[in-house]
Amino acid sequence: MIPASFEYERPANLDAAVRVLQDGGEDAKVLAGGQSLLPVLRLRLSYPELLVDLGGLAELRGIREDGDAIVIGSMTTHDEVLKSELVRQHAPLLAQATATVGDRQVRHLGTFGGSLSHADPAGDLPTIALTLDAQLHATGPGGPRVIPASEFFLDYLTTALRPGEILTAIRIPKLGAGWSTHYEKFDRVAQAWSIVGVAAAVRRSNGSIAEARVGLTNMGTTPLRASLVEDELSGAAASAATVASASRSVTEGTHAPNDLAGHADYRNHLAQVLTRRAVLAAAGI
Amino acid sequence: MTAVENRPAAEIGQSRLRKEDAHLLIGRTTWTDNITLPGMLHLAILRSPMAHATITSIDVSAAKQRPGVVAVFTGQDFAETQGSIPCAWPVTPEMVNPGHPSLAVTQVNHVGEAVAVVVARDKYLAQDALEAIDIDYAPLPVVLDMEAALVADTTLVHGHTSSNRSFTWTFESGAAGTGAPIEDTLRDAEVTVRRRFIQQRLIPSFMEPRSTVVSPNGEGVTMWSATQVPHILRTMLALTLNIPEHKVRVIAPDVGGGFGGKLQVTPEEVICTLVARKLGKPVKYTESRSESLMSAHHGRDQIQDITITAKRDGTVTGLDVHLFADMGAYLRLVSPGIPVLGAFMYNSIYKFAGYRFVCEGVFTNKTPTDAYRGAGRPEATFAIERIMDALAGELDMDPMELRRKNWIKHEEFPFTTVCGLTYDSGNYEAATAKALELIGWDELRREQAERRARRDPVQLGLGISTFTEMCGLAPSRVLGSLDYGAGGWENASIRVLATGKVEVVTGASAHGQGHETAWSQIVADQLGVPFDDIEVIHGDTQSSPKGLDTYGSRSLVVGGIAVVKAADKVVEKARAIAAHMLEANPDDLEFAGGSFSVKGSPGSGKTIQEIAFAAFAAHDLPDGMEPSLDSDATFDPENFSFPHGTHLCAIDVDTETGRATIRKYACVDDIGEVINPLIADGQIHGGLAQGIAQALYEEAVYDADGNLTTGTFVDYLLPSASDLPSFLTGRTVSPSTTNPLGVKGVGEAGTIASTPAVVNAVVDALKPWGVQDVQMPCTPERIWRAVAEGVGGAATADRSAEGTVAYGGASTASSDGSGEGEQL
Repeated sequence: MIPASFEYERPANLDAAVRVLQDGGEDAKVLAGGQSLLPVLRLRLSYPELLVDLGGLAELRGIREDGDAIVIGSMTTHDEVLKSELVRQHAPLLAQATATVGDRQVRHLGTFGGSLSHADPAGDLPTIALTLDAQLHATGPGGPRVIPASEFFLDYLTTALRPGEILTAIRIPKLGAGWSTHYEKFDRVAQAWSIVGVAAAVRRSNGSIAEARVGLTNMGTTPLRASLVEDELSGAAASAATVASASRSVTEGTHAPNDLAGHADYRNHLAQVLTRRAVLAAAGI
Repeated sequence: MTAVENRPAAEIGQSRLRKEDAHLLIGRTTWTDNITLPGMLHLAILRSPMAHATITSIDVSAAKQRPGVVAVFTGQDFAETQGSIPCAWPVTPEMVNPGHPSLAVTQVNHVGEAVAVVVARDKYLAQDALEAIDIDYAPLPVVLDMEAALVADTTLVHGHTSSNRSFTWTFESGAAGTGAPIEDTLRDAEVTVRRRFIQQRLIPSFMEPRSTVVSPNGEGVTMWSATQVPHILRTMLALTLNIPEHKVRVIAPDVGGGFGGKLQVTPEEVICTLVARKLGKPVKYTESRSESLMSAHHGRDQIQDITITAKRDGTVTGLDVHLFADMGAYLRLVSPGIPVLGAFMYNSIYKFAGYRFVCEGVFTNKTPTDAYRGAGRPEATFAIERIMDALAGELDMDPMELRRKNWIKHEEFPFTTVCGLTYDSGNYEAATAKALELIGWDELRREQAERRARRDPVQLGLGISTFTEMCGLAPSRVLGSLDYGAGGWENASIRVLATGKVEVVTGASAHGQGHETAWSQIVADQLGVPFDDIEVIHGDTQSSPKGLDTYGSRSLVVGGIAVVKAADKVVEKARAIAAHMLEANPDDLEFAGGSFSVKGSPGSGKTIQEIAFAAFAAHDLPDGMEPSLDSDATFDPENFSFPHGTHLCAIDVDTETGRATIRKYACVDDIGEVINPLIADGQIHGGLAQGIAQALYEEAVYDADGNLTTGTFVDYLLPSASDLPSFLTGRTVSPSTTNPLGVKGVGEAGTIASTPAVVNAVVDALKPWGVQDVQMPCTPERIWRAVAEGVGGAATADRSAEGTVAYGGASTASSDGSGEGEQL
């Protein structure tokens, strides 16, 4: 497959990138690793006239500690995320999910920010950002701003990024003491998209679940939080029965896709099973 | 017999690393797409987005104006010259072959069919110009469901035919005189079990996409192509395009896999030849993966209605097989012969009194089907091994006990089956005993009972496949009796050079199997020359002029034996020269370790290298002796080879999610004598992966408009190493009695055997729910539905979304048409 021809720019700094992207207008696309964009171009499903490659922007790469959070540059590759001691220590959920993304080659080229900006509801990392209450930093013609993950994913392949805006960093609050997490991904072969994925973060206290967060992959047009399950679990006894009961509410407010990888009723069922398993695993029950 | 019996330190049997791997591993290969010729032009092909439509107009004028475009052709430009893609296997005299244009002229009959070709100075410009071609299609109703296609007054795929049935091929043991009349066994049955099995459509998915380069020269052409069959392609191309055969040279350079998918004369090969000759320029076409998935031929796609009868004590009596085989839109090289090849394998290793096989070949608006690894025999093995389990269930018998009761005992060989084949050798008891031991069967059964008892959400299933297959295609007389258009012999020649080095020319054209290594091992033993002194030459009709190529697990058992026969001739020529040099009677010489010596006086001999030089110098040869040790041999087998084995699968089925995970897979294969165990194991492992893939992963799905919805590897799921268990493999050796090496074929055995072992294991795991079948691939969703609804029913639920069909028999609500009209 051969893409239609396009112009290519590789700006050397963020200011230049924002300018080039803005000048390119509607027909410009950001290239942030290309692991999703290039297949789309090769199948000629999209015809951008300009690709703005952020691969030269060292300032968008790397992972650092910043008080009660870690900050991950948007152009940090999945492989770099996986190898980061900071991520492993403060956001193990992200490490676990990132390990399931694509294959080794994809993880060496694909970026965290690229994955979030692409906003594929079958992608794992948007769910993780949502579950961990990440803050997404963007810069555009109007200057920098911060978008909470809960306001970032608007629709299928659609984010709150404005025209000319570039995602620059993802700030992930450290999970404090007592929290533990787990990601249950269900797919048919290794290196496939999630049919359904469930992320769970649980804080235990004195034999009960003090606080719980549950995020869903591929149960709608965006990643979702299962707030009803979270509410039922908060303050509940840390028992298998409680978790199983709460998990049954997971499909509330979801709109599972109906496609070749699975019918909606099957996905709804999977979401319940995987939620139970993810929460039990996270809570160590 | 040959020198095999008294061979010295044998090369045969050693796990030699493959000679051909070094250049593959360091990227020194010459794939067809690597070939560049001076002045070469590049083709891009526009493919139909419609499954069934009349072409009302094509406007290529804008495309011709695009930068770098040299020419644009449509079917109209070649209507008189392109002929029809050949079908070499008219299985019945009445078979309907509607003809298969390489470039559609007035009508398209499947999505992906070629409708126009752009010729440009580079492949990027060619691809861009495709978008400027304007075509109007008038849609016709789409034929997808095989059974609906056979109803009277239905839509015809080809309007000029009278029905969508291409052929009906029948075998019946009473009429053939090979067994009892089937009607008698059906009537007298104490127990009858009927099942319908669906062989889903598969895509061969070879690693190297197809690619063709054609250089015109004078009257003829030279073609490089990613093909399994350079020799067949040469003859067929000559016949199709009216080019004298001696003016056609076909080269298969390094070829990256085929699995039957490159056993074809493709429209793309014909189009390249037509364009190169029209323009007088060399041209290249290389398909994209997306094009490959929708236009290279597919495999399987059958509906199997199976009836088995037995006595109450479990003795099987009759087997009645009715197939619908989807040909797709056209007949390709051996499309009709594929299901028919299975006709002789449904009875498998069991002793049936009566047998009937009826196969209806049906046209639909889908990509044509043709050979895919196993070709007819995986389907047969699946059906018999699944229905043996069903019968065991009906009789409340242990499935292995039922098999034991009915299989041919080792002392009964040679055994002539109910369809007239004579199995030369085998030992099903030995292979089964070894396999049971290897996997730890009894312990697994105990664990299964324990997990059933405590209602473990993850259940254990145990599946069996005791299989045989017929391979080594094929005795020419048998092929003739089946109306195949060619023979089944193979050719080899050996050239002994002045320095004693040896060139082996083989007509079996390798595309990844390891012929260079295996043939070297055979010749090293036969001639007593070092392994590294042997060069194997293949894949070019100029240097390897005679052959019938590689498919049907035939290379070793036919081509390898031709090599042995050619080596025998070299030894006999050398014997005469040695006798002259040693001043001895030829009959007094013995040949061992590459040296002739007078019997009783070892050490006084002449080596094959010394004799080679003497033949080269020709200073002092026996009177009338030609100065050459070279030889040529063509071998036509007397019989097929019949590898067999026992495959056992232990699978964990998560009844909450439906996920099936193979925990242990053990197989003991009897492939006779083994030339290179490493290569044989590689063939088994790869074969298992493909057979397991049919059971659990792969399926080509069309929507209600005839669009291939599994058009990329995102949706057409191929398992990788990380999805497969570590295989436990073993061997028993029952040497073939019909060839001098005692070898049997191994290329397809793993694929043929493994699919039913896996599905039997899945169904066994769900026994507590009363589930009788799960349609392939056994996806988590299908398994979950089977658990949720029990007893069969939902297990056949269509896996695909509303408005699509997973096979020809499923519902066909209208689709949303998404994807239609995309340029691919």
